[in-house]
Amino acid sequence: MRPIESFEVPAPPRVNYINAQYGLKSWLLTKDHKRIALLYLGSITFFFFIGGLYALMIRLELLTPQGDLLQSTTYNKVFTQHGIIMIFFFLIPSIPATLGNFLIPMMIGAKDLAFPRINLLSWYIYLLGGVITIYALLAGGVDTGWTFYTPFSTTFSNSYVVATGLGIFINGFSSILTGLNFIVTIHTMRAPGMTWFRMPLFLWSHYATSLIMILGTPVVAITILLLAFERVARVGIFDPALGGDPVLFQHLFWFYSHPAVYIMVLPSMGVISELIANFSRKNIFGYSFVAFSSLAIAVFGFLVWGHHLFVTSQSVYAGMIFSFLSFAVAIPSAIKVFNWTATLYRSSISYDTPMLYALGFIGLFTVGGMTGLFLASLATDVHLSDTYFVVAHFHYIMVGGALMGYLGGLHYWWPKIAGRMYPEGWGRFSALIIFVGFNLTFLPQFIAGYLGMPRRYHAYPPEFQVFNVLSTAGASILGFGMLIPAIYFVWSMRYGKHAESNPWHLPGLEWRTQSPPPTENFEVTPIVTWEAYEFAPREETEVVGKFRPELERI
Amino acid sequence: MQSWIPLVPESASTFSWQVDALYFYLSGVTLFFTLLISGVLIFFVIRYRRRTPYEIPRPIAGSHKLETLWTVIPFVIAMTMFGWGARIYFNLYKPPANAIEVYVVGKQWMWKLQHATGQREINELHVPVGRKIKLIMTTEDVIHDFFVPAFRTKADVIPGRYTTLWFEATKTGRYHLFCAEYCGMNHSGMTGSVIVMEPREFDDWLSGNTGGTTPAVAGQQLYQTLGCASCHGANGEGGRGPRLAGAFGKISPLESGQSARVDEAYIRESILNPQAKLVAGFGPIMPTFQGQVSEDQLVQLIAYIKSLQASGQPAQAASPAQAASPATAPSPTRNLR
Amino acid sequence: MAIEATTQPVHGHRSLQHHFENMEQQREAGTLGMWIFLVTEIMFFGGMFLAYALYRSLYPAAFASASNHLDITLGAVNTGVLILSSFTMAMAVYFTQVGKQRPQVLCLVLTLFLGLAFLGIKAVEYHDKYEDHLIPGRLIPGNPFNPAVQEEGQPIDHHKLHLLPGATLEKVEMFYWIYFAMTGMHALHMVIGAGLLTFLIIFSLKGRFDPEYHSPVEVVGLYWHFVDIVWIFLFPLLYLLGRHFEHG
Repeated sequence: MRPIESFEVPAPPRVNYINAQYGLKSWLLTKDHKRIALLYLGSITFFFFIGGLYALMIRLELLTPQGDLLQSTTYNKVFTQHGIIMIFFFLIPSIPATLGNFLIPMMIGAKDLAFPRINLLSWYIYLLGGVITIYALLAGGVDTGWTFYTPFSTTFSNSYVVATGLGIFINGFSSILTGLNFIVTIHTMRAPGMTWFRMPLFLWSHYATSLIMILGTPVVAITILLLAFERVARVGIFDPALGGDPVLFQHLFWFYSHPAVYIMVLPSMGVISELIANFSRKNIFGYSFVAFSSLAIAVFGFLVWGHHLFVTSQSVYAGMIFSFLSFAVAIPSAIKVFNWTATLYRSSISYDTPMLYALGFIGLFTVGGMTGLFLASLATDVHLSDTYFVVAHFHYIMVGGALMGYLGGLHYWWPKIAGRMYPEGWGRFSALIIFVGFNLTFLPQFIAGYLGMPRRYHAYPPEFQVFNVLSTAGASILGFGMLIPAIYFVWSMRYGKHAESNPWHLPGLEWRTQSPPPTENFEVTPIVTWEAYEFAPREETEVVGKFRPELERI
Repeated sequence: MQSWIPLVPESASTFSWQVDALYFYLSGVTLFFTLLISGVLIFFVIRYRRRTPYEIPRPIAGSHKLETLWTVIPFVIAMTMFGWGARIYFNLYKPPANAIEVYVVGKQWMWKLQHATGQREINELHVPVGRKIKLIMTTEDVIHDFFVPAFRTKADVIPGRYTTLWFEATKTGRYHLFCAEYCGMNHSGMTGSVIVMEPREFDDWLSGNTGGTTPAVAGQQLYQTLGCASCHGANGEGGRGPRLAGAFGKISPLESGQSARVDEAYIRESILNPQAKLVAGFGPIMPTFQGQVSEDQLVQLIAYIKSLQASGQPAQAASPAQAASPATAPSPTRNLR
Repeated sequence: MAIEATTQPVHGHRSLQHHFENMEQQREAGTLGMWIFLVTEIMFFGGMFLAYALYRSLYPAAFASASNHLDITLGAVNTGVLILSSFTMAMAVYFTQVGKQRPQVLCLVLTLFLGLAFLGIKAVEYHDKYEDHLIPGRLIPGNPFNPAVQEEGQPIDHHKLHLLPGATLEKVEMFYWIYFAMTGMHALHMVIGAGLLTFLIIFSLKGRFDPEYHSPVEVVGLYWHFVDIVWIFLFPLLYLLGRHFEHG
């Protein structure tokens, strides 16, 4: 067997994308996708901590049933803003705009994304949307829930709905432009030899994500625009007082916002495919099934929005169709989980931090996905919708799924991004803490939800307190666990061990250039002659089902 | 209060055990697959841990047989969940014909309920055990949601529409009523109780709370004061306007050539927006009552029109004693607002 | 060792951006990017088309009454103007590809002129609606929605709204909101298109485009055709559908 040799490292770090230019201007006017990724990394971390602060306030308030810490108006704003910040300003851009931005050109052997200026523009748009939203929060906040249901948002709420909506509307264009850039890049910029089926699965999942971004985001943009007009000018199609239909808003909103969940989790699935394959030194079992299941999720994801409206006097027949399709969309996710698990069979697994996150992801995503079936099933959804069961379910997907993938990916590519190693011991420790804290936070909420505790309640009947106390305890552990990586990542930028070009000894294209990479990524355009995750020569490949005894390991 | 932590809420309706059974099935499948995946993961992680830094495992391309297997099996299991859930759902949202009707009007942040026999309640609903109850619900402002965990059912209450919810309580007791759709400042205060009583106790409760007029009688009074009678006839027998008696529940041909079912939503629309769906043979002469009648009053008018039988007389609802004393107290509607 | 130098010759065109291998790749990326952008535009307008379809099916009489009040002549003329501008735009792309600068500039100027003509006619239409108090809600604070209604038996006044049986002013107002939202959003796209054309004219006067480098003209052309096609859908939906109601 041939070991993977690390690519020869030039001893003194040469000119790379970080030290190629200095000064604030060189960052703010950069067209380098890697620098833009870092700009995004900084900004989404900022928003993540604001959102986390709100989460902390929510959990503290719910420690006691009386609702004595915050006033109900404040609490309503806090959970609304937690949702808006976390979803629109952290989770949706998290993996695509940082890891995707940094890695997509490197993984296909290109010098940059197809439209570098549009890439920078999308960061500025994101920032503008963020600033407007922060302004709305500081000016008085918004209390509609992140779902903005009409007619509460158009007519009854006395908060900064229009300003927040404008922030989200603008931010949407950042997402559209990112998705557009990715699709064009993957189509037109692949290096010679980099065929579609040689692409790492990270790229397939980002391709699927980008499809959702460009198809879904414009719909929510126009919806929020119409909502703002309705609120300001009293022209309307949603408020029944103006002859409109409030449920139309829910249809339009969920047409985007359900697929938006896949915007958050698909990139994470891409990261997990990388981690599973690379840390077990094995090609992904059933590569094409994993690749196409991403596309299947993107397509089916657009056909299931109606499962948010099972209790909204939607026709029972529409309900049945949406329920059926919601079950159907679970299948591609299941296929991924089974394939990841099968990849580990007869592999060589290391216990590095990214792998711990990947294993955690599979467990948590399985729980999150399976509990989604409770909500796809019509009868149980009637009882469970708008309870804490839903809250627990989507946190398992978004935090247990998307955030775990993001953290795993960040650790995995950190040597490439920063040129430094993170402290491995602390990494494993915090991964463990986060896993435990997360489960303690959200497992009890499933039970509280089935017992009937409604979401968005500022005070609640005392019999639910035990679950809330457990949740708050878990959230403190989770919050503590999140602080550790934040600290050591910053620490490692200065004091971490210098990373080699290929510290994990992997075959991927991004590892075949120096760490950190030069501005142009590769000295010369690479020619790809290998398959994805090719650790050993192809002729030694074993086919399950057509078992070849001569390949059996002795 | 139980000394252990409960896993399911109290079961107090005919749906409870049906939903619980499905819930336990789903939980069982979830538990099985979660344990299966985690178990296999943990086994692989230990069994195939990296033993030497330079080992390279033999690649495995994949297997169509296995892929088919783990596509088909989850799909079949999912379809059993789908079919089971859909069957219960049909019953949940198909109200039976012979149910006791209760009118519900939500507003920020209270539930206003009125029994067909006139009793009004706020944030409380008294119902007899073992009888089918049908709620006809609307709201004065934003979307609310009527949720009784012990009955395993809920339904959104939407402005400008009537939604229905039905249940049959199986156990006496006091159960939580929650608003489950976020509705603003005091959303978490929009709670109450459903009190399920033995039929005899319920009758006692009814006779001890005869203060209000029935919705149908109140509707009849409104019918007179708003001047509906001048066109639709003193007893809804029709005139310049179409006949109302016996119209409810029928399909009515429209002037536009289409037809419409005369239900709560249709009557509501015809009062607020009379030109929208004109009955065949009638001109657009009715003025709108938008802004003149509240949601409560609309419900009363609907109750009155429903009570008009084909004979032109209100059904049992309007007892002479109640009808004779229309002005004994200030309108209960106003008291509530 | 898997990294080798590519053997492709390096194209030295002055408009080749550093991260592309050659002009072919750059052109392909630009065109694909615009197509994808147009897909997002379809979804953007799609939300409004859905609202239109829903409410039209719910309130056919009101929508027909409101639609009948639109100026079909101006709408038809505008449709012609736009189709013509699409033709001149296509010709501009053709002349750029074959490298004829003078007709290229001429066609671009003609396209811009036709686009502005469309906007002018649209402005006249908007002004008519303003005069008839048909601007919905508080969009223009001093001029709320308050059209005069044609009574039975009175002499026909074209400034008055003729309400068909079953139509209410509330739903007519909703039609006008959808009308202004859709045509307004379309007009905004026309304005952006006119801005892009202005840039193209400046660059083509400077002789920046040649058969090797013409993708900006091509890409703006795609955009222009898209905006035209949106109008091709808007015109029948808003102006034509429902006319038959009047005649029974």
